Amino acid sequence: MSVFLALLVRDLRLAVRQSSDGVTVLSFYIIAIVLFPLGLGPDPQTLASLAPGLLCVAALLAAILSLEGLFRSDYEDGSLELMAVSPNDLAIQVFAKIAAHWITTGLPLILVTPFLALLLNLPVQAFLALMLAMVLATPSLSLIGAVGASLTVGARRSGVLISVLVLPLYIPVLIFAVSAIDAVLLTHSPKPHLMLLGAIFAAALPLCTIASTIALRQALE
Amino acid sequence: MNPEVFLMTDHFQAKNISCDRGGKCVFKGLSFSLQNGGALILRGPNGSGKSSLLRMMAGLSTPMEGELVWNKQNIAHDPIFHRDRIHYLGHFDAVKPALTVRENLTVWQKLRSDGLSVRQEEKKALERALIAFDMVHLADLPARLLSSGESRRLALARLLANSASLWLLDEPANGLDDSSRRALEDIVSEHQMAGGMVVMSIHGPSNLTNTHTLNLSSNADLK
Repeated sequence: MSVFLALLVRDLRLAVRQSSDGVTVLSFYIIAIVLFPLGLGPDPQTLASLAPGLLCVAALLAAILSLEGLFRSDYEDGSLELMAVSPNDLAIQVFAKIAAHWITTGLPLILVTPFLALLLNLPVQAFLALMLAMVLATPSLSLIGAVGASLTVGARRSGVLISVLVLPLYIPVLIFAVSAIDAVLLTHSPKPHLMLLGAIFAAALPLCTIASTIALRQALE
Repeated sequence: MNPEVFLMTDHFQAKNISCDRGGKCVFKGLSFSLQNGGALILRGPNGSGKSSLLRMMAGLSTPMEGELVWNKQNIAHDPIFHRDRIHYLGHFDAVKPALTVRENLTVWQKLRSDGLSVRQEEKKALERALIAFDMVHLADLPARLLSSGESRRLALARLLANSASLWLLDEPANGLDDSSRRALEDIVSEHQMAGGMVVMSIHGPSNLTNTHTLNLSSNADLK
């Protein structure tokens, strides 16, 4: 546990002190959403009907932007080697890094989402479903993304490779997040969609952490 | 300076190990044995497999043939125990430029701790490590301000921040000035005196006592 906290605090400190991926992700998300009304025209009805999809796709693309840096600097400066020879389980340390990644990228996305939804004229009754969907979806994005990041950590220009690896796995998250919000707009219950999002998160939590750990050990050999 | 004395008689052995890198044989049929207080110096030209051998000993990779044995047990069978008794220092310093020297050391100390050790003891060990490598005046500076020699010293200071019985050092003296080199030799001899073991690769001369030298020949004659 102390290892988990130590690494979490370290990564958060690093994120605060160096202008980090978090800023890139957040500004990409905001800029993308602000541009849509300009491109699609100011008709409130059109924007409202497109809002769920736009918000989720922009959040997903923003998350991909941040993945390349997840293990890169630790791999390059030798920290990852030291983590791998530490007597504490590498999986816990990897999990701490993923948690820090979510706090620095996923959490800011969630926090600005209601304001951007207002901008897109999303009906007020869909806000709760939107926030729940974001809370359940963004940790899965970090977890699944970590697998892609650790598989490509040794490769040069891994950005494209990560997108190709990770995007297919992101699609279920995207579909259920959008359909949860759409369900509310069509006066259905968003519950089944949110539960499926929760299930993806619950499955990704152990599976992606373990897969990422194995991939990193492989990369170090 | 090092308070822990490793009283048990430990035995670290390599039996006929060989190493393959990218389909090319780097070394084979290598054996050695190391006991408490012993030091093994690895010498050989570049590319002779010194780093690969140290990585194997650290459990980061496995030998193609043969086995590495600690007290009659293959190290691959209980990796967690093995990691608990080693300090590995590779080519990279693993220093985070945005953290201060002290923060860098604390993180790595926590990384190796089992959560049971007393905080006061850990603090003392950390101060000892800073003093040994003459870094007290740098302790609260961000590591990005360190010169390359100073960040090497910070990497070396990790050896004293936690105790481990087997030190695996990959060219530890790289980039060090004369006085830091002497400090390194001092802590290595103290570690041996306390019953610890050291395996290190070096190029220059060394003043260490109770050492064996393992010459890794160039790979030309192994083909």
